[in-house]
Amino acid sequence: MKTITQEIQSGKLMVSDGAWGTFLQQMGLQPGECPESWNLKYPDRVLEIAQSYIDAGSDMIETNSFGGNAFKLSMFGLEDKVYEINEAAARISRKAAGSNRHVLGSIGPTGKMLMMGDVTYEQLYEAFKTQAMGLEAGGADALVVETMTDLEEATAAVRACRDNTSCEVICTMTFDKSPDGSFFTMMGVSPADLVPAMIDAGANIIGANCGNGMENMIGIVNEIRAIDPEIPVLVHANAGAPVYKNGETVFLETPDQMAQFTPLLIDAGANIIGGCCGTTPDHIRKIVEVVKLKTV
Amino acid sequence: MGQNELLQKLAECVEFGKVNKTAPYPPAMKGQDGADELTRQALEMGIKPSEILNDALIFAMDKVGEKFSQKKIFVPQMLISAKAMNTAMEHLKPYFQSGEVKRKGKFIIGTVSGDLHDIGKNLVAMIVEGAGWEVIDLGVDVDAGKFKTAIGENPDAVVGLSALLTTTMPNMQKIVGEIKAQYPNVKLIIGGAPVNDEFRSEIGADGYSPDPQSAVAYLNALVA
Repeated sequence: MKTITQEIQSGKLMVSDGAWGTFLQQMGLQPGECPESWNLKYPDRVLEIAQSYIDAGSDMIETNSFGGNAFKLSMFGLEDKVYEINEAAARISRKAAGSNRHVLGSIGPTGKMLMMGDVTYEQLYEAFKTQAMGLEAGGADALVVETMTDLEEATAAVRACRDNTSCEVICTMTFDKSPDGSFFTMMGVSPADLVPAMIDAGANIIGANCGNGMENMIGIVNEIRAIDPEIPVLVHANAGAPVYKNGETVFLETPDQMAQFTPLLIDAGANIIGGCCGTTPDHIRKIVEVVKLKTV
Repeated sequence: MGQNELLQKLAECVEFGKVNKTAPYPPAMKGQDGADELTRQALEMGIKPSEILNDALIFAMDKVGEKFSQKKIFVPQMLISAKAMNTAMEHLKPYFQSGEVKRKGKFIIGTVSGDLHDIGKNLVAMIVEGAGWEVIDLGVDVDAGKFKTAIGENPDAVVGLSALLTTTMPNMQKIVGEIKAQYPNVKLIIGGAPVNDEFRSEIGADGYSPDPQSAVAYLNALVA
């Protein structure tokens, strides 16, 4: 199998998967329950999610391991099972992906702040290292460090992946739109800060996830492309903003609405498009259709 | 250095996050006295603790909150300012305890049950404290029972509820309902990435704060 980077270099536009967290909730995950524990408790349900994205036409799927670092798992007394949980997560997604689609091991933030002295850089690095190695052992061929807001934490994660695995490394951050239309993470990192720092740390692909729908993602990709025309760019957009209806949180952007922005996102320079919170296999199916038309 | 100049310098330390003399941040103020030293000097000089609080600390944190809500500064700058303010507050503690300096009121805050995220909640707590309120922080994963116990102990307090996850919004609704059933007059304000004013009105909370500064504005209006 070619690497994602090789496929992109050969001119391919690729489609990633949609939401995992909101999907798990639909399948019965309770607030306050550890999502990653389901890899051991209910692997069949997790496999169902992975399979539904493969069936929708995703070229790559993530793993149910976003909060699978020692810091987050320790809130559930699972800090001794980091490797095992991540290995299981990757094994499930690999089972759905087979040998010709990519498995992206998901690595989210720890929730600890370096600048406040909560943790040291070395502690973060070690935590990400264990997680990354577990994901690779379970069959991930790429690792996606995602929803990052702090450059140093993202650097620790990307370096831990680069130094200790042979996976491709992707890093995406979550940006908010400022009143003047520019984008920053809550820690003040701009897309222009992200690109050189993550390339230097060893990332092969960079981008943005969560926090925004497709429309805002266009502005973020523009900012990235303004300083780097070459680096492969991945976008995981939300299905719009969350809306609370009848005791339930829903994301209202329909598959058609999301798909409508897809060509613009591609024109801006995105190479891989997928979804984050609220996107379903139906959204992905629609995006796959649009991307196919764009490729022909 | 005169009194006004000292208070102005102290305010700058808080605004730009100069904790003490040895603190490396911000680089532009390297080697200068920080909030720690200047607060001690102010008290030694005989400046009233209430003046230090109002004219330097609250004044500076107000600017910080304002800049944050305009996205001119971000979380790191806000945290370092809050750290400088807390350092100054340590020197004022005896005066709060003796009753010589009064706070504006009490604010109970917590992240709702099922939600373990504390960054946003902590930011609000720091800025509200910096605005002159006593903050009672119940932490994360706080259920209705814990909120009600705290209200029972502090019946005049205003209560803030935080949620980051869309999945814990229903818990927020439940907790607001339970608190209001027992304490209909307690003011409840909500915040967090997925909530908005529409949600606030749907669940019967009193205020919605998109950022820490608006929580302060809401609280201050209650005691104005």
